Amino acid sequence: MAHIPDDLRYTQDHEWIRKDGDELIIGITDHAQSSLGDVVYVELPEVGDEVSAGAPFGTVESTKAVSELFAPVSGEVTAVNEDLVDAPEKVNEDPYGDAWMIRVKPASADAYDGLLDDAAYAAHVESDS
Amino acid sequence: MSELKRTPLYEAHVAAGAKIVPFAGFEMPVQYSGVIAEHNAVREAVGLFDVSHMGEIVFEGPGAVAAVDHLVTNDIAGLADGQAAYAGLLTPEGGFVDDVVCYRFSAEKVLVCVNASNREKDFQHMLAHTAGEPQPVDEGDRWAQLAVQGPKAPALVQALTQTPLEPIERYHFVEGEVAGFPCIIARTGYTGEDGFELFCAPEVARGLWDRLVEAGALPCGLGARDTLRLEMKYALYGNDIDESHDPYEAGLAWTVKLDKGDFVGREALIAAKAAGPRQKLVAFVLKGRGVPRQGMRVLDESGAEVGVVTSGTMSPTLKEPIGMAYVAKGLARSGSTLQIDLRGRPVAAEVVKPPFVKR
Repeated sequence: MAHIPDDLRYTQDHEWIRKDGDELIIGITDHAQSSLGDVVYVELPEVGDEVSAGAPFGTVESTKAVSELFAPVSGEVTAVNEDLVDAPEKVNEDPYGDAWMIRVKPASADAYDGLLDDAAYAAHVESDS
Repeated sequence: MSELKRTPLYEAHVAAGAKIVPFAGFEMPVQYSGVIAEHNAVREAVGLFDVSHMGEIVFEGPGAVAAVDHLVTNDIAGLADGQAAYAGLLTPEGGFVDDVVCYRFSAEKVLVCVNASNREKDFQHMLAHTAGEPQPVDEGDRWAQLAVQGPKAPALVQALTQTPLEPIERYHFVEGEVAGFPCIIARTGYTGEDGFELFCAPEVARGLWDRLVEAGALPCGLGARDTLRLEMKYALYGNDIDESHDPYEAGLAWTVKLDKGDFVGREALIAAKAAGPRQKLVAFVLKGRGVPRQGMRVLDESGAEVGVVTSGTMSPTLKEPIGMAYVAKGLARSGSTLQIDLRGRPVAAEVVKPPFVKR
């Protein structure tokens, strides 16, 4: 069973979201990295870009497959994890830590509260498999 | 969709924690520990693949060699007994029905190893184009096949068999035993590494698999098989070759022996050779960031479409994005500059001389 921390929120597309002050940190879940296999390339937006909820903000590719990354909320990108460009394997090694992808200042302060909690995400993963 | 088949090693794959995917009508392992680890094991040590899904079509009886010679591009009559050859199985128009390996046992027995996805199509094609005796026999269900590949494969297999392996040259084979199990030991494979393909009865496949794993061969799935063959620019049927491409376009002219006598597709190939290929399958390295994938458009420097990507990946050995593409002949020379359309983002690529990984 994939690891699902209880202090994060999630999307149905397998992104996780960590609240940090009035910004949100976004990455992909342990379940997502495990399903993808060896991650070999990550493409992320630039600082200052706008992302919108439900729309793609980047891609993550394994040896075989391409997956789009979907923004959990609308807002402005305030930081991008440039380390992933040179070390995409971190997505497999530490999906909830070193492999965070972007920080976003959400357009709406309560967007976070509308996201899946760990129990709802666990149920989603269960029904997906 | 018809029900998926399982090889005799399915239970072994599940027990080893493989991720199973549908492939060519079979439930096959795509990876165990991870594609990159498996890939590196084959390049540096020994990997073990279940290739039992591949088909075996046998011609046996007087005239067997002539029958196969009439069906494929390579010179089967010119092989020694115990020698194998990679060849094209072509339509009368010169396109690939399949790419195959022909194992010549004797003047009266040839085994043709075919791609799993093409097994039935190949068999029907062979029936339709074989005049007289012997007729092809589909022995696919009578054979399991294990590929032991990597620089340490010879030592590992030798430790399990009394059959001397050192005299078996590349693309030759003998009938022998490994770990006490009768099998055909062929020095063939599709990874670019030294190693063997072991053809055995389905009943002994599990025993053989387990002994090879115990001896240190790492189970490898289809994912690593794909990255390994791509690093060598070996064609994958359905991606890089198909009925709409001939051996000259595919860079497989070396498999065509026009002067050996008549064979299916020969007339078309003579005409194609005289006309010259309009496009060629090239190897390219992406010069920017991203991963090329099958179906992506290839553009020239002015942005005009000049071809399509047939295979692509991030090379685990080179750690660079590599691929194969059909491009207009004028751009096929190594050093030519292309652009690959990565989902709307054109990225520069350079045509290189294959293989990507020099052994």
